[in-house]
Amino acid sequence: MFKPTPRNIRLWQVGLLAAVFAFWHVMTAPGLIPPMMFDNDRQAAFFFGEPVKIVGRIWTWFVAEADIYRHLWVTLIETLLAFGIGSVLGLLCGLWLALSPMASAILEPYIKAANSMPRIILAPIFAVWFGLGIASKVALGVTLVFFIVFFNVYQGVKEVSPVVLANARMLGANRKQLLRHVYLPSATSWVFSSLHTSVGLAFVGAVVGEYLGSSQGVGYLILQAEGTFDINTVMAGILVLTAFALVLDAAVGRVEKRLMKWQPRAGETEKL
Amino acid sequence: MNPSPPALALAGVACTFVSKDDPGQRYTAVEDVTLTVGAGEFVAVVGPTGCGKSTLLNVAAGLLQPSTGSVQVFGQPLAGINTRAGYMFQAESLMPWRTALANVMAGLEFRGVAAAEARTQAEGWLRRVGLGGFGDRYPHQLSGGMRKRTSLAQTLALDPDIILMDEPFSALDIQTRQLMENEVLELWQGAERRAAPGAGPTGRKAVLFITHDLDEAIAMSDRVVIMSAGPASRPIGEFTIDIPRPRDVAEIKTSQHFIELHAAIWARLRDEVLKGYTQQLGKAA
Repeated sequence: MFKPTPRNIRLWQVGLLAAVFAFWHVMTAPGLIPPMMFDNDRQAAFFFGEPVKIVGRIWTWFVAEADIYRHLWVTLIETLLAFGIGSVLGLLCGLWLALSPMASAILEPYIKAANSMPRIILAPIFAVWFGLGIASKVALGVTLVFFIVFFNVYQGVKEVSPVVLANARMLGANRKQLLRHVYLPSATSWVFSSLHTSVGLAFVGAVVGEYLGSSQGVGYLILQAEGTFDINTVMAGILVLTAFALVLDAAVGRVEKRLMKWQPRAGETEKL
Repeated sequence: MNPSPPALALAGVACTFVSKDDPGQRYTAVEDVTLTVGAGEFVAVVGPTGCGKSTLLNVAAGLLQPSTGSVQVFGQPLAGINTRAGYMFQAESLMPWRTALANVMAGLEFRGVAAAEARTQAEGWLRRVGLGGFGDRYPHQLSGGMRKRTSLAQTLALDPDIILMDEPFSALDIQTRQLMENEVLELWQGAERRAAPGAGPTGRKAVLFITHDLDEAIAMSDRVVIMSAGPASRPIGEFTIDIPRPRDVAEIKTSQHFIELHAAIWARLRDEVLKGYTQQLGKAA
């Protein structure tokens, strides 16, 4: 009766989540079962948090005191700014380098080096340069997003079909029109194919930046709680960030579907 | 100057490709090609695979600079893109991010025609190639034949005086192909009725049609030019096709005159096809 079928798949997914939380609760609630790994029955709760208190914390944030929205807003703004600036810069540089082989030949080793560098480590430098406000987080996110978009655009321009290009030239397109009507659409399709990755990285940049030093944002909340060994708040922050990332990803999916409707999707049939 | 210079005149054209990685590696695709297409004339070029037919077309389009020789368009030496020519490519050439209508509009847009005017003209051309209701489709939503029709509309929308066609129907199945061939002939002959001034004596467009299908070449053209097997291929024979127009490509294939022409041209072409085939086998070995 409860065998997994495509129809009750949601039920199973929710059930799995509930099971994980139930297990978590049973293992950590003080005095519920005799301690197995720890000396006393409060230690499990100290290390792993208690789901009930975590949910309570989230409730306080969102409903009782409603004080998390300001932080979420800051994190969202940082993510969007990092994504926007990083994408535009990546798009411009990608187009430029793909269309001028000389410049790309000169810069090639530096681009490789900059890409292989673990750029998260730039966060302290950005904090010094741009302060503890939004700017340093955006800068970190931009360095993460930039290279994803840059390489995709570069690839996209290099792989424009030579026939489509020749056709556009025969139709009378000048250099500017080629850029606008052939290279740019082709490159943006590659940007969108990397949209999920780059939005994800913009988010990582924002949160890590906040975590390393800030006065607001969800990363800041986690940092604060960690300072007082408030594991429940840390866990609550992680859950909020996860949910936030999922919402962001879904939004990207919708945007992508609208903008990329010219691209064939597997198994799509013509509706007549 | 000659009162009516040919639409397209290639004189002593040779194209040698040099490998970028190894300058010692050269390949001469075509050599000593002299070919004219009169205004309003339909010329088909046939030859074995790999004989540089597409190279020739790219030269005529101005997409490729010949190593030696000259190209004249209506008596003027060609520099850069041939703006009086429309090109129908063998491979997919539509912009996948534009709808069929936007693709047909593209050329007009590039030439600065106002959007509303371009839209009306493009819609007219889509209707003329039988795709009236399909303007909002993206290329991937169209069948191969419909994409070719869109390409045809895209090319014709600019009203070029010369049409270059590179095996445009080779990817289509035989039925669709015959339909398309008849449609192209009809549009080409129909141009007479819409004659634009200066588009040749009959108002027809000059066509340079590349194909490897001899049936197609004879059925459609005024003149068939045979190319020798590559490398360094060149025209080795010419046959005037005096089958009266209008023609139906499917019907005339059974006529006595068609069969005679086919036999005569094939006798000339067969040796080259065999030569080209042996060369390809040799290369593969």
